[in-house]
Amino acid sequence: MPDQSTLLRVEHLRKVYESANGDVEAIGDISFTMRSGELVCIVGPSGCGKTTLLKCLAGLLRPTSGLVEMDGAPVTGPSPAMAVVFQEYGRSLYPWLTVRGNVELPLRHKRLSRPAREKLVTDAIEAVGLAHAARSHPWQLSGGMQQRVAIARAIAYQPEVLIMDEPFAAVDAQTRADLEDLVRELHANRKISVLFVTHDIDESVYLGERVLVLSASPTWVQEDLTVDLPPERDQITTRAMPRFTELRTHVYDQIQRAKRGQTVAP
Amino acid sequence: MTTHTGRIAHRSPGWRLGRRVAGGFLYPLGLPFLLLVIWGLASSSSTNRFFPGPLTIFEAFRETWIGPAFVDDVLPSLYRLALGIAASIVIGIAAGTLIGLFQWLRELLEPLLEFFRAIPPPVLIPVVMLLLGITDTMKVVVIVSGAVWPILLNTIDGVRATDSVMSETADSFQITWWERLRFLVLPAASPRIMTGVRQGLSVALILMVISEMFASSAGLGYRIAYFQRNYLIAEMWSGILLLGLVGVLLAATFGVVERRVLRWYHGIREVNRA
Repeated sequence: MPDQSTLLRVEHLRKVYESANGDVEAIGDISFTMRSGELVCIVGPSGCGKTTLLKCLAGLLRPTSGLVEMDGAPVTGPSPAMAVVFQEYGRSLYPWLTVRGNVELPLRHKRLSRPAREKLVTDAIEAVGLAHAARSHPWQLSGGMQQRVAIARAIAYQPEVLIMDEPFAAVDAQTRADLEDLVRELHANRKISVLFVTHDIDESVYLGERVLVLSASPTWVQEDLTVDLPPERDQITTRAMPRFTELRTHVYDQIQRAKRGQTVAP
Repeated sequence: MTTHTGRIAHRSPGWRLGRRVAGGFLYPLGLPFLLLVIWGLASSSSTNRFFPGPLTIFEAFRETWIGPAFVDDVLPSLYRLALGIAASIVIGIAAGTLIGLFQWLRELLEPLLEFFRAIPPPVLIPVVMLLLGITDTMKVVVIVSGAVWPILLNTIDGVRATDSVMSETADSFQITWWERLRFLVLPAASPRIMTGVRQGLSVALILMVISEMFASSAGLGYRIAYFQRNYLIAEMWSGILLLGLVGVLLAATFGVVERRVLRWYHGIREVNRA
């Protein structure tokens, strides 16, 4: 597959929640495309429907109108081409299974030979640096390690795109930095496409090759920003670059404008 | 201060072992032993023939239950009890899972379940007896008719309460229906299911005895009722003692199984407490 091909195409996506007290328009009109191998961050003011957008993309929610296309085929339900890493790792991993069991579970129905499956699982657990904890249960691990398990489970599934929903919102700052570097590393070494939803502006600029800034609800894409930082990034030097500061200030400013509703829908 | 702590630390291994022995044996057995002594003293100074002393009862226990009565009365009772418990667990979990998973089934069955649950199982004995005769099947049916409810209702609740994020995870990875049942729904409901089984066990034991007290010619319940009617008081008490022991054995077995099945659950609780 050519590297520049379109992987994910979202067109005029709209989601309205119907309720007894009237309809709530969570997503107004979102359109964007993502190429294969990209790392795209989605950032927006709180309550702008980031999680709703992500669930629509992952096929877990049906959009009210609009189109989500993966490799040219419309997404109507969960697809083997996508794997989701949820924010609540504690509720997304199964406590009755070991780390290995959790990573292996989604592979059970894939038609793989046992050795091939074992290899995928071992490989994924090693890739997130948890080889020593494979036989532990998730609740015996720290929050950061649990989220690593969820990441291992997602990459063992061999999706074309990894969808991450504020995955590091619930871990402490130091762990968070390590996990960010892990995502960068997996993206670089394994050529996995990543769609990363976050509310953290610094995180979006540090991680992303592109940052989509969302408006306040009803949501549209307020800005599609290319992050022109070098691909080799590290927590100290990258964050100290003047360009990094410029970009984060710019995104921060956009979000503030979005919050005040000073932007106009296209 | 320092010397004091040092002395304690020096003495502590033996002291801790002593405590563990006390916790393992003396505490659980001490109080029953004390009660036996009090009972013995009280009965030795009493002339009431309905309260024989513990030694008389132990003697009666040995004479009554160790021998052919064990094969003729105790084993058949235990067999029916085991069959009744097994059937209750299988039916309760299977039906409870289906009812918990499908809302339409729940709406369809809820009033009916409430109705049948409210019927005290002993009143069913004459009906079941008419339908099935005085057979082992009838007794097992009576046991199941009572013991299945706590298991069924707890399973329904447990299955319904499956965590939404865990479900979404299963959805997003397109886990198949069976895998979902095996690796998500049932394990997630297992703490509730075990609670139901624990309640079901005591109901089953009660119904085992009651089912044998009606029109029966063998079994633990029949024997106890027989001794009672023939004023064999010490023998009657020995039967009650045996029932109590069966209950303790049942609870101990359950405890072992529960610790294995819910190891993860107790593990999480321990982590959260720490």
